[in-house]
Amino acid sequence: MNKTINQKAWFFVIPVFVLVAFNAAIPLMTVVNYSFQETFGNNVFAWEGTRWFKQILLSERFHAALGRQIAFTFIILLIQIPLGIGIALTMPKKGWGVPVCLILMSMPLLIPWNVVGAMWNIFALPDIGFLGHSLNGLGFDYNFTQQPGDAWFTTILMDVWHWTSLVVLLSYAGLNSIQPAYYQAAEIDGASRWATFRYIELPKMKKVLTLAILLRFMDSFMIYTEPFVLTGGGPGNTTAFLSIDLVKMALGQFDLGPAAAMSLIYFFIVLLVCWVFYNLMMKNEAKS
Amino acid sequence: MKKYKWLVPTLYIIFLMLPIYWLINMSFKTTTEIINTYSLWPQKFTTENYVKIFTDSTWYMGYVNSITYTVFNTVISVAAALPAAYAFSRYKFLGDKHLFFWLLTNRMAPPAVFALPFFQFYSSVNLFDTHIAVALSHCLFNIPLAVWILEGFMSAVPKELDETAYVDGYSFGRFFFKIFVPTIAAGIGITMFFCFMFSWVELLLAKTLTATAAKPIAATMTRTASTSGYELGLLAAAGTLTIIPGAIVIYFVKNYIAKGFAMGRV
Repeated sequence: MNKTINQKAWFFVIPVFVLVAFNAAIPLMTVVNYSFQETFGNNVFAWEGTRWFKQILLSERFHAALGRQIAFTFIILLIQIPLGIGIALTMPKKGWGVPVCLILMSMPLLIPWNVVGAMWNIFALPDIGFLGHSLNGLGFDYNFTQQPGDAWFTTILMDVWHWTSLVVLLSYAGLNSIQPAYYQAAEIDGASRWATFRYIELPKMKKVLTLAILLRFMDSFMIYTEPFVLTGGGPGNTTAFLSIDLVKMALGQFDLGPAAAMSLIYFFIVLLVCWVFYNLMMKNEAKS
Repeated sequence: MKKYKWLVPTLYIIFLMLPIYWLINMSFKTTTEIINTYSLWPQKFTTENYVKIFTDSTWYMGYVNSITYTVFNTVISVAAALPAAYAFSRYKFLGDKHLFFWLLTNRMAPPAVFALPFFQFYSSVNLFDTHIAVALSHCLFNIPLAVWILEGFMSAVPKELDETAYVDGYSFGRFFFKIFVPTIAAGIGITMFFCFMFSWVELLLAKTLTATAAKPIAATMTRTASTSGYELGLLAAAGTLTIIPGAIVIYFVKNYIAKGFAMGRV
């Protein structure tokens, strides 16, 4: 669409601008403020320069949390994206199955995050939970509160349970926007199922898939509530992802300076990745 | 191969329903039964957990609080986002692209980063522990999302619609509310759905900004769990009840969900 140049359009944007600025800019300034200073309580501050940033960037603790975070995000993307596409491909296209699938599949998305954690906690407990009890019954030595491997398995399974539907819904919407003519053409050409997927469906889903990856990256990188309720970051620190570690530092130990510096580094990483993605997405949109 | 296609979504739905079933199963058991016996359905069926929630004001007020700030937030987000999305979809103006990306960055900001400054900020303006504080803080991620979705829907409406209306002598206000808003009603519905969803499920900020008067149900659950031992039955019943508002909302927008995802680039 060719847009007209109109500077008065700013008036339409003012309410949004004010509300978001009120919420984002002012608190963010507080964080920036803390990140360069040492607090002694009672509003006494001392300038620390970049000390906290150096301290965080060089600390083992931050490296470990960041490493866990990257591993987690990578694993869930690797599982959720192909799984979501696969389920979307096999979903019914018309009939009573459509609303049933859509409603049931959206359910996990609308459950408060701590309830998701609590639900998975009682679902996976080795003695009274269905999952834990069944796994132990099958002869696995499963206990997510004590074994790091099991804790990771449970956290990932929970996230797959929680968020795969988002990928499914997005892919399904992308698939539905494909004109039937494309499929007819593929049939006439005698294209195999794989070829149809590779050359018709996948390119048409590119836009929604980019979005799915972007959303899943952002949200999994900020994950806090679900693993906090499920494992509390434990056993030990083995499932303490970035947000959990950050809240522990800020509200638990009141190390405000380092926590603020960590916040900014953390935010910067998310921003950087999203910026790259956003530009890719906009480029694609401009092309099509 | 084609014959067994239904198997994949069916298995997936079973996987999705299992933990939910387990939660509901637990909610009809007494805490003693949960701890002492393992059973696939309640042996001594009881509704006492639900009775407790509906008779104890600290519990049911949690639901009222959660729904209150969620509705506030949805209304504020959509009302503010409508004109902004219109501006982004129709006009070029100084810094529009940067502003749009800046808005999106707020959707990307980890809430954990904002927890402490929000606490201090809302305390300093005397809004701590009010519904409006939580509703406003959730605007941080819901307004960018609402602008983004609405902009997608509005861009799909041809500009000729605006021009014809002006030629017909409509003022901007009348055109916007009488013609434009009804045209994108589906988009507004989808937007409200997502605002409701993200405000309803968020807990970190909601918990940080409230103490008693506006405490969300989800926070009531975690605090009760820690103060009076681990009342699993009660916890499960409270959890089950938090699923219901979401389920109702999904039921109403079921026909729009797929469409909304496709058009509105959620």
